[in-house]
Amino acid sequence: MTSQNVAFWILAIAMGGGAIGVVASRNIVHAALFLVVVLIGAAAQYIVLLAEFVGITQFFIYIGAIAVLFLFGIMLTRAPMRAGDFDNDQRWPALVVAVFLLGVLVALLVDAFGHDEIKLTDSLLETSRTGPVADSIFRNFVVPFEVVSMLLLAALVGAVVIARRD
Amino acid sequence: VALNQYLILSAFLFCCGVYGVLARRNGVLVLLSVELMLNAVNINLVAFSAFTKQISGQVFALFVITIAAAEVGVGLAIVLLIYRNLRSPDLDRVDQLKG
Repeated sequence: MTSQNVAFWILAIAMGGGAIGVVASRNIVHAALFLVVVLIGAAAQYIVLLAEFVGITQFFIYIGAIAVLFLFGIMLTRAPMRAGDFDNDQRWPALVVAVFLLGVLVALLVDAFGHDEIKLTDSLLETSRTGPVADSIFRNFVVPFEVVSMLLLAALVGAVVIARRD
Repeated sequence: VALNQYLILSAFLFCCGVYGVLARRNGVLVLLSVELMLNAVNINLVAFSAFTKQISGQVFALFVITIAAAEVGVGLAIVLLIYRNLRSPDLDRVDQLKG
């Protein structure tokens, strides 16, 4: 077992536990903090996959901005800080749907990609570091990049307009 | 490392997100579950980017992260508005269109 495999499994167990915590926790603040565990695990997985820029961006944007935004949302909706029941009465049908979907996906993935290996080599490191990512964004994806900047502006203005008290 | 272990981890996170969206009543918790699903997609994109040695997957993951930030901003604003109008962030209470 390679060191990348060991790292994967440690992170995967932490992320799985965190994901279950997000959807099963009976305390809303704990659910948000479990999401942070999943996000940090995902950032570390990207670094294991040699996608350093995506990993660092994930760390800054998700943990620095989005997690704090969620904690503000919890605060502003005055959610109870103690444990409570936040589920509706569809819990068992939802569990059936989720388990069925997981079964279908796993069967499909094992069938389609059962023998494929990711080769984490030095040549992959050369093609997946920050420089080539920047080249690709500003050469092949420059129009979507500009569209996304307009979308962020629209979302910013929209959030202010929606949440404004008047 | 096998490609499949990343894909199955991502499928597990996605299904946790599906369960959360269906079973949670609090608006903030539903948004948390949506974030879980977006992250699952990102893991897929980066894993396939490493598998095919093409950088486009990483660029798309960056776009998804950006969209997620915009989505959380607008989503939390909507939940805040629901809270302000109904005095509760429960999405089950939003039933004015029910006949």
